[in-house]
Amino acid sequence: MTVVQTGTPLLTAEGVSKWFFLGNTLFRRGRQDVVRAVDGVSFDIRRGEVLGLVGESGSGKSTVGRTILRLNEPTAGSIRFDGHELAGLTRRQLRPLRPRMQLIFQDPFSSLNPRMTVGRIIDTPITIHAPETSRAARRERVAELLHLVGLSPRYAERYPHEFSGGQRQRIGIARALVMNPDFLVADEPVSALDVSIQAQVVNLLLEIREKLGLTMLFISHDLAVVGCVSDRIAVMYLGRIVELAPTRSLFLDPRHPYTEALFSAEPIPNPAIRRDRILLKGEIPSPVNPPSGCVFRTRCPYALPDCAKVVPPLTEVAPGHAKACIRDDLDLRPSQHA
Amino acid sequence: MAGSAQPAAIGETVLKVADLCVTFRTPAGPIEVPRGVSFTVRRGETLALVGESGSGKSVTSLAVMRLTPKPPRCHVRGQVLLRDDAGGTRDLLSLSDEQMRRVRGNDISMIFQEPMTSLNPVHTVGAQIAEAIHFHRNVGPRAARERALALLELVGISEPRKRLDSYPHHLSGGMRQRVMIAMALACDPKVLIADEPTTALDVTVQAQILALLKELQQRTGMGIIFITHNLGVVAEIADRVMVMYAGRIVEQADVGPLFARPMMPYTAGLLRSVPRVDLAGAGRPVLETIGGNVPDPLRMPPGCAFHPRCRHHRPGRCDTAVPALEDAGGDHLLRCARWREIAEAAS
Amino acid sequence: MPVDRIDELGGRPEPEQTLHVNRNRALRRFLRHRLAILGTVTIAVLVIACAIGPYITPFDHLFIDIRSRFQPPVSGAHVFGTDEMGRDLLSRLMMAGRVSLTIGFAAMMLSTIFGTLVGAVAGYYGRKTGAVLMRFVDAVLCFPNIFLLLTLAAFIQPSLMTITIIIAATSWMEVARVVEGQLRSLRERDFAVAAEMIGAPNSHIMFKELLPNAVAPIVVAATLTVARAILMESYISFLGYGIQPPEPSWGNMLNNAQQYLNSAPWLAIFPGLMITLAVTSFNFLGDGLRDALDPRLEV
Repeated sequence: MTVVQTGTPLLTAEGVSKWFFLGNTLFRRGRQDVVRAVDGVSFDIRRGEVLGLVGESGSGKSTVGRTILRLNEPTAGSIRFDGHELAGLTRRQLRPLRPRMQLIFQDPFSSLNPRMTVGRIIDTPITIHAPETSRAARRERVAELLHLVGLSPRYAERYPHEFSGGQRQRIGIARALVMNPDFLVADEPVSALDVSIQAQVVNLLLEIREKLGLTMLFISHDLAVVGCVSDRIAVMYLGRIVELAPTRSLFLDPRHPYTEALFSAEPIPNPAIRRDRILLKGEIPSPVNPPSGCVFRTRCPYALPDCAKVVPPLTEVAPGHAKACIRDDLDLRPSQHA
Repeated sequence: MAGSAQPAAIGETVLKVADLCVTFRTPAGPIEVPRGVSFTVRRGETLALVGESGSGKSVTSLAVMRLTPKPPRCHVRGQVLLRDDAGGTRDLLSLSDEQMRRVRGNDISMIFQEPMTSLNPVHTVGAQIAEAIHFHRNVGPRAARERALALLELVGISEPRKRLDSYPHHLSGGMRQRVMIAMALACDPKVLIADEPTTALDVTVQAQILALLKELQQRTGMGIIFITHNLGVVAEIADRVMVMYAGRIVEQADVGPLFARPMMPYTAGLLRSVPRVDLAGAGRPVLETIGGNVPDPLRMPPGCAFHPRCRHHRPGRCDTAVPALEDAGGDHLLRCARWREIAEAAS
Repeated sequence: MPVDRIDELGGRPEPEQTLHVNRNRALRRFLRHRLAILGTVTIAVLVIACAIGPYITPFDHLFIDIRSRFQPPVSGAHVFGTDEMGRDLLSRLMMAGRVSLTIGFAAMMLSTIFGTLVGAVAGYYGRKTGAVLMRFVDAVLCFPNIFLLLTLAAFIQPSLMTITIIIAATSWMEVARVVEGQLRSLRERDFAVAAEMIGAPNSHIMFKELLPNAVAPIVVAATLTVARAILMESYISFLGYGIQPPEPSWGNMLNNAQQYLNSAPWLAIFPGLMITLAVTSFNFLGDGLRDALDPRLEV
């Protein structure tokens, strides 16, 4: 059991929102639909920590990842990375910071350029940020990284289509690590992989984090995977964080009804455990037209009329454990409930 | 539905697949997946077909439905015996295309991972279900529409009357999957093949669909072949489990024994490598892994296809002949040359 | 550490072989396309004939021999016959072919480069830049090509160079649209985001990461552009605004032959045949390349 480090935050997001405006082009203006993909999200990630971000499709978890990396311009809020305010920076201003933060993608097929060799894919960041590096030095660095991610250095000359999904994911990780980043966002890094390969990649990420002292945001829809990897976990629903807690505390003592429902819905590979499921009604509402007040109230088994009135703020209920729910009287089931 | 109050006892065999082989001709050489697969599905039983990419689980189901490409690109051998109402059996592989069309959707139905691609975007949901009914049952348009309405209600769609006139893109993923299930059940099939039906859905919606399938099975007594790679879902829904690897069945048993005492090293490894929500959170366990990669179907390893990744493998024993599918007792079948030694060493 | 062993275990096929297989696959698909093969062979024959033919034939394409006017084909020394001034038709056809093919290839190069640039910028930047550029492309496309050609040709002194430029100016839009569509979709692929993540400049992402992935459709569009350029040159020359006599081009030869359609039909048939042959061959080649390079056909 790893002790949760209480280092200083490497990255702080405060009130970050990302809205997408639909149906507006140069030649067509009119009433706009606004997709509130992320709506006022605040969290920090401490140095050396893995923060898990869990949620269903449409929860905005991937948008959070891309927005804090400034692949998107946030609609509102502030993102501070190691003392630099990222919101509002231009591409050019961001360029020197790019090597320090990297992204690992979900789809191992689309994330590697099919026309480049593996070696070229991995060393492109060097050619951009340190063009003076000699060819031999680059080749050596590529070999070093391939070894680090468990691939043979011989693979540098080959093309991505020659590799399996798991191997491609390793190549993607090698590319992310080539400039020695401090911070990694892993966006569903294992969900496109075969079951027997997922554990390999999860372990690889953990091992690399340990070796290189990385800070990580680990995004996934799978609570079990997030639970294996993270020190703390943020649960997202429809663009908001509904619960944020240290992993152990979240699993043993969930405070938000949505977290409880997620635990309950997650199938457990043990037929001896037959549980009474909490079956949520319906599906996640459209972010174009989110419910008033608490966004989860339309599916919440514990909803009260008051839930529609105000957006519940994320408030601390135990040390390091925060939830956004007005009900304090609930006794929710932990993940191990059998 | 016809048998709405029937008990869900597992009954007689409704589908028997014997020695099913499918060969694909590709420019790079022939690929044979599955290679000699046999199984039975009984009334009211759910058989889970588990495997990773390239294991042949989806091809198996397509071959049962006769939906694989036509020769010469693809050849299917073996037998697919379906019990008919009179008590006799017919081999689906020997039916004409026209006869098979009558069987599909009537005796056997199928639902897929991505319902959007199997629904026609230009027709309303009601029209599509009604057409399926009209095709198999000689009923008028009004009766077909009434039946469609009843089916939508059955699969738990709210405001079914309104939904009849919706187009597929108006529905959410979970709703679409419910519509697909309604279409599949239109003619009370004896067997439902569900090919990764919940993989594209969120966990909370997946739970809804699994519960729905279980409930419908209780009511209709259909046999279900449930194809998935998710072991949690298997534990949730299956009565019997068949694990496939590289085109062959490597282990087949009732769900309890399989999860409690997996005997084939692949199954055991797979079970240990899956993060579990009921165990996660208690610190960070290092997950056990199976090394290596899923084999390329063009270059299958000799002998046991799993041996290059197996930590129990012995040169000379595992890499020479393909082990036979043996019964370890209690209808627990497995394909491993060393299972006795491994079991002994473990106990 | 277990990770080190992983790629040695149960590894993938020998990659050299896979690569080989993949390249072969496109080639094999192309070879299966009989018409494309026919087209390629015809183009090769045409190019070689036009390139070296004039050095081999005993007749100069401009040499006037009044005594042997209107000699029908295969009747004497002139295999393809002679025209109204007794000039050898075969030599003229080959010289005309030089003009037509040169214009075809040159116009293709120009329009492909320009179209690719416009399309790449429009597709990559999208939003306003893309919208403005593509609406401009649409506007040019809307303009009746042949009139634009004729108007331009009427004002500009016709020469090989100017005609090439005029044709290129009216045929780059196709390539621009193809490239725009490709880049717009490639832009969304994760590897483009990955390039963005490493702080790569726009030019790097556009030309080094994305464009190489759009080569196949560009090649196809370029091939079809050659066919169209040859056809256009024939139009203009036929209408008298193109290559000026006595220099032959397939188009002005056709124009010239009109008066003698009854008495000397071969004067029209041969240049007409050459145009048809060249244009169809390039079209077949384009179709063949399209089928061969289409990645969706990968098994």
